[in-house]
Amino acid sequence: MRRIRWNTPLVVALSGLGLIALLGIAAPFLWEEEATALSGAARASASAEHWLGTDALGRDVLARTLVATRLTLEMSLAATAIASVAGILLGTVVWVSGRRVRELGLRLIDVMICYPALLLAMVIATVLGTGPAASILAIGLGGAPAFARLTANMAASVAQRDFVTQARLMGVPPHRLLARHLLPNISGPLLVLLSVAFANVLVALSGLSFLGVGVQSPDYDWGSLLNSGLESLYTNPAEAIGPVAAITLTGVLAGFVGDGLATALDPRGGDTKARTRRPAPVHPSSLRAPADALLKVDGLVVALPDGTRLVDGVSFHVAPGEIVGLVGESGSGKSLTAMSVARLLPEGLSAHAAELTLDDLDLAGPEADPRRLATEIGIVYQDPSASFNPALKMGGQLTETLRVHQRAGRAEAYKRAVDALEQVRIENPARVVKQYPHELSGGMRQRAMIAAALLPGPRLIVADEPTTALDVTVQADVLDLLKDINHTHGTSILLISHDIGVIGTVCHRVVVMYAGRVVEELSAADLRAGRARHPYTKALLAASPRLQDTDTEERVLLATIPGRPPAPADRPAGCAFADRCPVALDGLCATERPDLTDAVACHAVHQEVQPV
Amino acid sequence: MAATLTGKPAAGAGRATVLGPWGTFVVRRLVGLVAVAVTLVVGTFLMVQLIPGDPARVVAGADATPADVELARHELGLDRPLLTQFGTYASGLLRGDLGTAFQTKEPVAEIIGNRLPFTAEIAFLSVLAVLLLAVPIGLAVAARGSRRTDGAFTFVTGLVGATPEYIIGTLLVLGFAIRLGWLPAAGAETVTSMVLPIAALVLPGTCVMARIVRSEAAHVLAQDYMRTARGRRLPPLRLYARHALPNLLTATLTLGGLILAGLLGGTVVVETVFAWPGIGQRVVEALLVRDYPVIQGCVLVLGLLAALLNLLVDVVLALLDPRTLAGKGGR
Repeated sequence: MRRIRWNTPLVVALSGLGLIALLGIAAPFLWEEEATALSGAARASASAEHWLGTDALGRDVLARTLVATRLTLEMSLAATAIASVAGILLGTVVWVSGRRVRELGLRLIDVMICYPALLLAMVIATVLGTGPAASILAIGLGGAPAFARLTANMAASVAQRDFVTQARLMGVPPHRLLARHLLPNISGPLLVLLSVAFANVLVALSGLSFLGVGVQSPDYDWGSLLNSGLESLYTNPAEAIGPVAAITLTGVLAGFVGDGLATALDPRGGDTKARTRRPAPVHPSSLRAPADALLKVDGLVVALPDGTRLVDGVSFHVAPGEIVGLVGESGSGKSLTAMSVARLLPEGLSAHAAELTLDDLDLAGPEADPRRLATEIGIVYQDPSASFNPALKMGGQLTETLRVHQRAGRAEAYKRAVDALEQVRIENPARVVKQYPHELSGGMRQRAMIAAALLPGPRLIVADEPTTALDVTVQADVLDLLKDINHTHGTSILLISHDIGVIGTVCHRVVVMYAGRVVEELSAADLRAGRARHPYTKALLAASPRLQDTDTEERVLLATIPGRPPAPADRPAGCAFADRCPVALDGLCATERPDLTDAVACHAVHQEVQPV
Repeated sequence: MAATLTGKPAAGAGRATVLGPWGTFVVRRLVGLVAVAVTLVVGTFLMVQLIPGDPARVVAGADATPADVELARHELGLDRPLLTQFGTYASGLLRGDLGTAFQTKEPVAEIIGNRLPFTAEIAFLSVLAVLLLAVPIGLAVAARGSRRTDGAFTFVTGLVGATPEYIIGTLLVLGFAIRLGWLPAAGAETVTSMVLPIAALVLPGTCVMARIVRSEAAHVLAQDYMRTARGRRLPPLRLYARHALPNLLTATLTLGGLILAGLLGGTVVVETVFAWPGIGQRVVEALLVRDYPVIQGCVLVLGLLAALLNLLVDVVLALLDPRTLAGKGGR
């Protein structure tokens, strides 16, 4: 089980429950006499002597409420124990037994669950008669199906994981599987479930007594006190207040313990949302983009709320009709750069730049015209199977931009969508628009995504790893398609990939990123001819199988780049690649960050060209 | 029951090609409904059989003469073989004969016929209100995504959601009926009588449901297809209503089915608090005097109602998200 991170609500709620438990233990010793003494004044209102008044027999309501704590808590604990033991056993055993038993068990739980727990409890109470023991059994068994259902859900996620499958194949007996693999892995959520179940059980038990079919006189719990309190609601409302406050407070505290535990065990929790620091000033780079460039990115910084820079001063441009590739390892900031261009950064990240414009449209400002964004930038996302809405038909998704932003009529929009699908070489497009995304293959979905990006007639297409999630056989098709579109429509493309081979074959110009910065910019022709200068670009090329010279007979061993890029928060003062670099210069590279001069950011290259 | 359950997938699979996805779906759900009905019939029958000791003595009362006990035994049919008894019970049900109340000597079917509309009225309106309130609230809180809003939301829904219907009902009577005198405290004489019972059901129900919606919505809003939709720069209403809502409802209603079943249980209690002349109030009356035929009948009908409600949820789910039609059977 994960370490519990204590939080204030959890501590407060736990201490509150602790105090109530202490009260439950002590109250019968302290106030038993007052609770049963007949004062003579029946149904008296609240007074200094009887803070909550007296009941029909003239007994002090406050004392009775306090004394009833013990019976109520004891019954709730017992019923919770029954519900949880029965529920956990049922819910986990189905996952360690054979397929048949499992199917049958899960269906049985499903049938039981759709029956209201309170009704089930009533049936059991009818059979067993009234009284504390019958109530405990009734509520405990009544709550078991819901507990079993939730446990089965949690167990399912664990039972289908590889290590459990492997243990099962190795012949680990079911009871060991249960005790060693299943239960420890769901203990955290189970604890949350237990505290919620306790709250529910307390409320249900009190409800049973409140209806008069639970605890019977002379015994009394909070529920039965509320029952008699309701009768005198007009004469002495205070009589109902005692049990109302007791049931509510205890139930709510137990619920808050559940909430607190859930937060405490949540791996995503913690202080992720720290105070937003003011962004540091952005320095424009010395490289000036040509005036006619379509997309201009200058000094782009993408930062976490705590100020950590994930992208740190990236500058490049895309000319009209040009395909520019952004390449780098995962974590280099290339996708964040692309998403900043598309204004689709995940929540919590902020982008600033000296200049970030698409023609005359400011992409970094606080407000950008949604219509222009939607129609002038087409986006092709990485995972086509996750990027279409599974609940909507393809047609509706493909035509949405046209209909919302270009005011196209339904028939016209659908006709254009069918045409666009035909253009991306999808067979039977009239049928595809009527289908749901899950009915298409991965390659077809990515073609449809490209068609969607193309439909409003964008000036720039941002393609974020468009082939990474696809089979090798369809990757080439999709890349050809992008080249075709660029060729026939003259649409500029910003292509993001970790695969320098892909970038080299598709793009006109290549921007290489490492650890949030641009390290080299060169033409694709230079890249293909092996005229890369930065040691990182060279290493990427050596690690790529596609650009090896296929004419030579000798097999070239693929190189790997040792080490891994530094995390954004621990980037060194010097060159971020220095630790992995084969040509790093002593002293200089580790201490001083190289500038992007003459399209390459490397001290070693700079010294070669202009010896000091 | 075991036979019905194992026979279920076979029935669906065999007809899959003939009936298409919707036909298979309908057949499956109907078989499921029959399974629940059979379970309920067997369950309510056994209820009387399982009473510890001599059911006839329990029914006749503590100070009954041996002759009274024998009479009760005969009335219950307990002097006949078990299978004959079940046959009589089941065939009676098929003819719409649910037996006769011990106390009032009314036919149980008539009691239920008179009471059910009242229960259906507040249950249906409450379910509707819970869905109409909880979904927008949960979605709005998730879409806002601010820590402070989340904290306040968790606190308020935790507080109200954990407060049982009977306590909220009591407080509502105290405030609105006794103190302010705005609304009637009990009975079903006027349309306004409905307001407090429904409020008592809707307040905690909405809180519990809104929490589920919020956590599901947070999950949905983080999906890639929501980024795609944001990439189309849609107006917020269209973004949330058209793109997030259908995906949200699938998970919400699956879990929400449980809440709706719980709401039916809550109705039983709330009817007692507000003296609402529904089936729940009647079953509690019957429980207190151990009027078994009435208990059996009410429990049977309420159970079927819960199963029908679940079926309704499944149909809505299938309409919203056609993937649930494909082969997932019970869940």
